[in-house]
Amino acid sequence: MSSVPGGGSGAKSMSIIVTKGSLDWAYPPFILSTTAAAMGLDVTMFFTFYGLPLLLKNLDLKLSPLGNPAMKMPMAGMHMGMPNIASMIPGVDAAASQMMSNMMKKKGVASIQELRSLALESGVRMIACQMTMDLFEYTLADMIEGPELGGAATYIEVATHSGINLFI
Amino acid sequence: MADQTLDAKGLNCPLPILRTKKALQGVTVGGTLEVLATDPGAVKDFEAFCRTTGNELVTSTTEGNVFKFVIKRAR
Repeated sequence: MSSVPGGGSGAKSMSIIVTKGSLDWAYPPFILSTTAAAMGLDVTMFFTFYGLPLLLKNLDLKLSPLGNPAMKMPMAGMHMGMPNIASMIPGVDAAASQMMSNMMKKKGVASIQELRSLALESGVRMIACQMTMDLFEYTLADMIEGPELGGAATYIEVATHSGINLFI
Repeated sequence: MADQTLDAKGLNCPLPILRTKKALQGVTVGGTLEVLATDPGAVKDFEAFCRTTGNELVTSTTEGNVFKFVIKRAR
């Protein structure tokens, strides 16, 4: 960890269970983990189920407007939703994902790759769920350098010592 | 005049804070870092960052659409 330690009162550690791996849902855990680490907290992220692919070397993050009525993209001065049936058309989800990525770049929002590197650099501990690795047939060789393997008990032990425990 | 300046203009949450944390490590204890940002959310975030880390937010000002923070490294 850094040489600018936390000074205020309150929690000194945080854990996050990361369960979702779409382009939009990948943001909250990485934004919170990097920020908490910058604020002097010890941070642990536990990647399970669809959150696990966020540790893959090659990220190909997508989102889908399907079943998400809150997803309204700014377009021509308005906010446009997409009917569910549009997601059924091949290429629509990919186009929506590309549109989101472009918008984020334009607005100075970091990429998930960048936030993930910053998290590792700032000492965030990452645990890949062993059961999910087996289930979806991944090995550590598929993953970036840094994560360790662990299970529910490994996470619970971390959580018992953490002031903030989040499930995302 | 601050000892160092960090240009975080055009960056969105949480990058100004992350870059600031990194830049502070290059400032001597008791030294100051000036941060320039355009993210309106940075105003509250820099207050919270400084309160939590113990670094001193010496000034927080606005010039046009640029927010300027001067932070003194505590330790």
